[in-house]
Amino acid sequence: MAEPTAVLAAEESSLPRVPVGEWIDTAFDWLKDNVDPFFDAVATGTEGAVEGVTDGLLALPPLLFAAILALLALFVRSVVFAVGSLAGLLLIQSMELWEPAMDTLALVLVATLVSVVVAIPVGIAAAKSSRVSAVVRPVLDLMQTMPAFVYLIPAVTFFSIGLVPGVVTTIIFALPPGVRLTELGIRQVDRETVEAGHAFGSSPWQILRGIELPLARPTIMAGVNQVIMLALSMAVIAGFIGAPGLGQIVVTSISRLNIGLGFEAGLSVVILAIFLDRLTSSFGERRRDGGRRSWLVRRRTAPAVGTPVVAPEAATPGIRPTAGAGI
Amino acid sequence: MTALRVDGLFKVFGRHPAQAVDRLRAGASADDIRATGATPAVIDVGLAIEPGEIFVVMGLSGSGKSTLLRMLNGLLEPTAGTVHVGEDEITALSGKRLREVRQRRISMVFQHFALLPHRSVVDNAAYALEVRGVDRRTRLAAATEALAMVGLEGQAEKRPDQLSGGMQQRVGLARALASEADVLLMDEAFSALDPLIRREMQDQLLELQARLGKTIVFITHDLNEAMRLGDRIAIMRDGRIVRLGTPESILADPGDEYVERFLADVDRARVFSAADVMVPAATVLAGSPPADALEALRAHGGSALAVVDGDGRLVGVVTGADLRAASGDVAAAVRPPAARVAAGTSLAELLAPAGAGDAPVAVVDDDGRPSGLVDSRAVLAALAGSAPDGRVPADERTEVLEGSRG
Repeated sequence: MAEPTAVLAAEESSLPRVPVGEWIDTAFDWLKDNVDPFFDAVATGTEGAVEGVTDGLLALPPLLFAAILALLALFVRSVVFAVGSLAGLLLIQSMELWEPAMDTLALVLVATLVSVVVAIPVGIAAAKSSRVSAVVRPVLDLMQTMPAFVYLIPAVTFFSIGLVPGVVTTIIFALPPGVRLTELGIRQVDRETVEAGHAFGSSPWQILRGIELPLARPTIMAGVNQVIMLALSMAVIAGFIGAPGLGQIVVTSISRLNIGLGFEAGLSVVILAIFLDRLTSSFGERRRDGGRRSWLVRRRTAPAVGTPVVAPEAATPGIRPTAGAGI
Repeated sequence: MTALRVDGLFKVFGRHPAQAVDRLRAGASADDIRATGATPAVIDVGLAIEPGEIFVVMGLSGSGKSTLLRMLNGLLEPTAGTVHVGEDEITALSGKRLREVRQRRISMVFQHFALLPHRSVVDNAAYALEVRGVDRRTRLAAATEALAMVGLEGQAEKRPDQLSGGMQQRVGLARALASEADVLLMDEAFSALDPLIRREMQDQLLELQARLGKTIVFITHDLNEAMRLGDRIAIMRDGRIVRLGTPESILADPGDEYVERFLADVDRARVFSAADVMVPAATVLAGSPPADALEALRAHGGSALAVVDGDGRLVGVVTGADLRAASGDVAAAVRPPAARVAAGTSLAELLAPAGAGDAPVAVVDDDGRPSGLVDSRAVLAALAGSAPDGRVPADERTEVLEGSRG
């Protein structure tokens, strides 16, 4: 337990030294000594989950899996996106980085899932109660702005190096936008519409399920999209503490000053990032909506699902033409 | 049995609301209270609204009318006072019981429609029943029926944003009707619509009301709308009801200067009807001699008599000059009235016939019996208003409106 040494010689500071570092050390030591079984359980669970997902992703031959992902891309978005996805995924395979890429993807998926499961309820609570919001906000600020390397250290003390501290730090880093955008989305729901829910006798749960969550969906999905993107960037940094995947390749290439390998791994991260971003932002798009598009939602070339075909004789005069569906 | 009863209702926002109510009860003015940091929105309102009535609450923005409406179904909790819907005291209910009353007894139509954009029109209309737990088949049938009632057949599968504003508000109305609540709260329901559509919706509401006989509390800032729809009107200013009465009685006797200035813009021709301006008809049989008829005219006053046949049905009218010039019996002097109208005909429709000639307009009942005569001077007098200088110069009027707190 090293004394935190002042980096700059304190030149007879007039303020007493507040031993924040010692407190933190003490707190973490206490946690380590007393809550260790809990961390062990977390470690076992996390490891099992990520390895399971990795095995799943690697179960299919890379070419077949890439083709399936391209089909998914076609289904949710467009031909251009599908072709681009296929080309990118094949490039990863041809650079012989498929396996680390799937390790990273598995880590991102598990971290995202946990983040979303935590973030959405917390976001809802923060939207409903200003008090909760006031408590949650500085915590989120801390999670987002504390330099990522700083909480790699305690993660290693609790979980040693490897996959698990990587997942934990990724969750911490990726969670905040999920909470923030859920809170924002719920708070932005039209007051009168919520009032209508109350006026017809809906219970709070009916209002949340039937009105607030559906209307907040584009914003919440923008949050999920951000969670995924942050998870991906953190998953690479987690390579420094031994998390498997593209991050480790990057770390290796840095230690060997191997520019080419570093770029290959970096490019694979970019391809995964673009694929996940476009895919998830398509989910967030409100079908057939008029004006309210989030800034994340870009373009959707396929006509909106379920746009009703109105027979000419059924078209009553006075119906406003539908604002360009899905463009 | 009143449908809705409001007693001593107060709503004060901001700091120390209960103390503010005590001070208001003791006679403090709204301005006194505002100085302490609290905002009185509704001050000591008492109302008894009868079943089947369209009760309009009219006031400028900030007058407290929306706050009042939201206390009627418990969306806002009063600072003091009670609200009864039928037997149930809304203000004493909470949680599940309050939701039940909202599900079954009292529904609402909103200014900006407040439809759910992710649901089809029919699912929106079925919302109230869905909340209540009615099974899907039954509620869709009820919603489809309600949509038909408001003239939206064939639109059931559309999304709200595919409809025009007027049609969206019809969905809002259908949603409220489908709930089968007896009491309907309408919060500036037509204010967001353009004038032509607004008129159309007003007509439709009156038509539906004639069929369904709901108890409607309608909030508006448009006095013409209030006069057109309301069986009774309450005018609110600064949280208080400053005038309450039928449209005609308010027009005839505004009560204070504030209301009077308000009324300057009202289209009187649409508020007053033939029955308001007619003089009861003195009748004379077609076969009687002119001298008797002249005698009757003199005794009755006025300028003309209604001439009837043996069954009491209107044959025509005669004026004093006609009678004096007449030879033979009254039948020889009779002439057709300028028009035959029902008692409910608006002044606007009387203007053309009343101005057309010397003969008065005859007001007749369903059997053709005369109930009164309207001459052109009575029409003009009604249009001019009871106060000789009822109109306020335009610039001064703006000042009044702005001065009454935004």
